[in-house]
Amino acid sequence: MSSRKPYVRRRYWNEPAMGWWERLYLFEVVRGLWITGGVFLHNMWKWMTGRKGALTAYYPEELRADYAARNRGKHILTQRPDGRPQCVACNMCATVCPAQVIEIDAAFDPDDPAHPKYPARFEIDYSRCVFCGLCVEACPEDAIRMVKETPGLPGFDRNRMWLGKEELLDWQPQRDVAKPYPVASEAAGGRP
Amino acid sequence: MQDLAVTLIYVAYALGLLLTFGTVLTWVERKQAAIMADRIGANRAYVRIPFTQVKLVWLGLFHGLADGLKMLLKEDFKPVPYDRLAYAIAPWVTFVPVMLVFAVIPFGGTLVVGGRSYPMQIAPIDAGLLVVFAFSGITIIGTMLAGWSSSNKFSMLGALRAGSQLISYELVMGLTVLGLIFLYGTVELVSIVEQQSGTLLGVLPAWGIFYQPFAAVLFLTAAVAENKRIPFDLPEAESELIAGYMTEYSAMKMGLFMFAEFIEIAIIAALFSTLFLGGYNLPWMTDAGFVLPGGRVIAMNHVAVVAIQMLTFLGKVLLLCSFQILIRWTLPRFRWDQLLGFAWRFLLPLAILNLVVTVAAVWVLRSGPP
Repeated sequence: MSSRKPYVRRRYWNEPAMGWWERLYLFEVVRGLWITGGVFLHNMWKWMTGRKGALTAYYPEELRADYAARNRGKHILTQRPDGRPQCVACNMCATVCPAQVIEIDAAFDPDDPAHPKYPARFEIDYSRCVFCGLCVEACPEDAIRMVKETPGLPGFDRNRMWLGKEELLDWQPQRDVAKPYPVASEAAGGRP
Repeated sequence: MQDLAVTLIYVAYALGLLLTFGTVLTWVERKQAAIMADRIGANRAYVRIPFTQVKLVWLGLFHGLADGLKMLLKEDFKPVPYDRLAYAIAPWVTFVPVMLVFAVIPFGGTLVVGGRSYPMQIAPIDAGLLVVFAFSGITIIGTMLAGWSSSNKFSMLGALRAGSQLISYELVMGLTVLGLIFLYGTVELVSIVEQQSGTLLGVLPAWGIFYQPFAAVLFLTAAVAENKRIPFDLPEAESELIAGYMTEYSAMKMGLFMFAEFIEIAIIAALFSTLFLGGYNLPWMTDAGFVLPGGRVIAMNHVAVVAIQMLTFLGKVLLLCSFQILIRWTLPRFRWDQLLGFAWRFLLPLAILNLVVTVAAVWVLRSGPP
């Protein structure tokens, strides 16, 4: 124990050293107050003239501006020109989903012989979704896609974090789709 | 009877003012800190109008209300203290003197009602400034009591630090103010403010800060240190001592400490504006109206003058509060030896020097050229 050397703090060649000006402290205080006060006045002026003085987005109410175009935010169901979902309720997305969040109830539509099977219920549980995009990969009909907007995730109840068919179809087809939506020719009767 | 009514109105005004300041300053502090740091600040608490979906957010003003409610509803956790009585009264010993200091501070000009004049001050005591120091000295006892009675080593360390820090800076504060007392020849605050109402060299307002600029800086430094806020928050340094002397306090008892701290910001601002910034005086304004440097006179009636004087005082207090918050969110905390060294080796010699120069100058000016 006696052979142990006392601790000597190591000196580095680039150790910051204070001059007498900094050591006096008072003027450095004034400089610091000048900087922070300047930032305050700059931002305050922005707020007072009706602009935003911070980069922060008011999260649930406001979408952040810098989502990438290919961001996997939430799902949409693509539509036929008459507005019905392109989905044929084959359950492939529900099968491939690693989190098992997609629930589909298939139904029979006698009025549409080309697509007699359609989803009566199509729901996604966003409290468990991992946003991997495998459902989009699996879909043979290009009926499910992902857009960059996020679903309204914050909530107090996990049972209210489901999106149903209406919400998934309500995505304004002309706006912000990752791939351009194929315009069905009117000559084909709207049924490609 | 009229005297009593006016005094009661003054008391109600002062109490309301201080409690409002205590609450609103929490909001000002949050918002100002956020704006200084390019953030938005707390804006989520709201009050919903009953039976409607109208939510009033008002820039997050209700966060102070939510804080108060939280403090009131929290469990009042009590340790097994060494001294139950001291533990129970310590927050009040801190809180009450802070409120009492405002009794001697003039918060407006002279009000004339029915031919009698009432200076806007609750307690017209001749020893005004001494009363201020006496009461702010009691605050130390509160923090010491809190630390000692909690039977917690963090509290104890916090109390020890608070004691030595407050005594050191109290000394500096007293010495800086002595120069002012020499200059004005009185310790009565109304008289001090009235002496600051003229002009200096015809242009500058005759405020204390122009007579005693060094004393103003020293006083503000010492006062911020008295308030135990960053950069002088060693008694409650949370990264070292959890919460220092209030570690064992919870719920509204802890709330009282915080409330006292915020009210003390307002008190310091009021005291500083009274001593150094001419109190309720606007530049070139008298009790009859404005007298501009060029010689123009704008006459005003009594009510308008009183209202302007009260608003001026409030404005000065608000600006100074904001400045203290700016200091708090700019400077990092001192180390303990730096803190005491700053008081005893830097501020105290400067204060004594300032006093000596002031005394010499006053002596030369009063006795005339030899």
